Amino acid sequence: MTSILGLSLLELCYIIASVTFIFGLKMLSSPDKARKGNLIAAYGMGIAIIATILFKEELTPEKWPNYALILAGLVVGTVIGTRMALKVKMTAMPQMVSFFNGMGGACAAVISLVEFDHLMHAGQVELGMMIVIILGLIIGSVSFSGSIIAYGKLEGKIADRALPAGQVINIVLLLAILGLGAFIVWSGSTSPIYIYALLAISLLYGVLFVMPIGGADMPVVISLLNSFTGMAAAFGGFLYDNQAMLTGGILVGSAGTILTVLMCTAMNRSLTNVIIGSFGGNSAAGGESGEEGSIKEITVTDAAILLAYANKVMVVPGYGLAVAQAQHTIHNLEKLLDDKGVEMNYAIHPVAGRMPGHMNVLLAEADVPYPKLLEMEDANEAMASTDVVLVIGANDVVNPAAENDPSSPIYGMPIVKVLEAKNVIVMKRSMGKGYAGIENKLFYHDKNRMLFGDAKDSIEKLISEVKNL
Amino acid sequence: MDNLLSLFYENREFIFLIIVSIFLGIEVISNVPAVLHTPLMSGANAIHGVVIIGSIIIMLEADPTNYFALGLGFLAVVLGTLNVVGGFVVTNRMLEMFKKKEK
Repeated sequence: MTSILGLSLLELCYIIASVTFIFGLKMLSSPDKARKGNLIAAYGMGIAIIATILFKEELTPEKWPNYALILAGLVVGTVIGTRMALKVKMTAMPQMVSFFNGMGGACAAVISLVEFDHLMHAGQVELGMMIVIILGLIIGSVSFSGSIIAYGKLEGKIADRALPAGQVINIVLLLAILGLGAFIVWSGSTSPIYIYALLAISLLYGVLFVMPIGGADMPVVISLLNSFTGMAAAFGGFLYDNQAMLTGGILVGSAGTILTVLMCTAMNRSLTNVIIGSFGGNSAAGGESGEEGSIKEITVTDAAILLAYANKVMVVPGYGLAVAQAQHTIHNLEKLLDDKGVEMNYAIHPVAGRMPGHMNVLLAEADVPYPKLLEMEDANEAMASTDVVLVIGANDVVNPAAENDPSSPIYGMPIVKVLEAKNVIVMKRSMGKGYAGIENKLFYHDKNRMLFGDAKDSIEKLISEVKNL
Repeated sequence: MDNLLSLFYENREFIFLIIVSIFLGIEVISNVPAVLHTPLMSGANAIHGVVIIGSIIIMLEADPTNYFALGLGFLAVVLGTLNVVGGFVVTNRMLEMFKKKEK
């Protein structure tokens, strides 16, 4: 242990770090302060890390390999992390966040493993410590494997796959985790077999828990895993009596949980369903598959005329916009229409895309002005006075089944009410179903016209047609 | 039961801190506009990278000949740094775009 002075400085630094985390999160909630908030939290983190290295233990010469390894680890992590974060495309942001989240979860799990080994050799087992280690291990590893699967799925490397009886398997695994965890704690057994078995089951649970979940539900899962890692960090704080870890972890744990709940409410899902891992995978079974009416296509020229002579146009963007990288193109169309006196706004559904706010980030990248991004309630109010709605690569968030078909799996989810506008144009690559795998009656509606093709291509064609008018 | 009660008593201040922090976390993000949900999630993601402190403590306390602890500790430091640095840089990149627009 170091001197009283060193330890006091250390605690002081932890308090400063905790305060920066709180301020950082708070400032992230207003657009003009958000960037500063992020930087403040980052500085706080830096202070906490440096203070730990300097003041936690007395600097002794025989420990130089430890210090060398710490610095090496920091350098390696910083170089790789910065490169990945700077190289990633804006459209791939959700999976990047999921990946980094997984790293945090893995870190927590590894800490638990080392501390368990420590207990094993120390011979004496404290109940509180054991509970904290076990919980950190379980939550950290579920968060790690779950996040990696979420990353793989969003990258398109892993397909959605629902195991037969997947729900039952998940419940059994969950019970096995809790049972084995409780057994280790109560028996005070320091046998490595149990702890590695617990690690393996937890990792497997993380995989199977995210595996069957469809894309529309992915934002909820990433948010949930994010709060898991927060909790795992908080257990680490318990373990080391560390205020910074505790505050940071709990803040993220509770904030992440609330965010998750908000998203669930927006999608009319219950959190229990998320945890048991039942949703998404079997939703294709629900809903009516009978197609009614016929689809009417629209030519690019007709669509351009419709847009150019409208007063108000509303764009409803979805994941298709992100896939086609069409955010800059749509902004160009918006500027062009603006010159012609057409007012164009964007209706942002809370769960459009693969992450809450995904569309906002994308459109912000393309310099679309803030006031043009309407939240769903405002957009729906403006719908009656809108002449043309342009749905770009969105599907489930405009599906009227959510309002009028109680048998549909998305029944009750608030949607963008595009049918209240005078005309609807849906831009889609093909007649494929949405990510949730549900038929969309909107496509067969009288008011609706389809414009097939890649979103970016189609918008570019629209731009040149509008210019020619 | 006695064990649990004494555990509770010994950690009562921590438990108090936890409860207050939970409410603080809820309060702090309760009025975030949907626009900022992704950066907020990403920023929160970076903040839970504090676990890295745990991995540094492992490394500091490990005996220089305990290769198990040193090896896994090193791995944990790398993983934690990825979480912290990657998280903050990604968040900053997202928010940079919001800032540019305000001009």
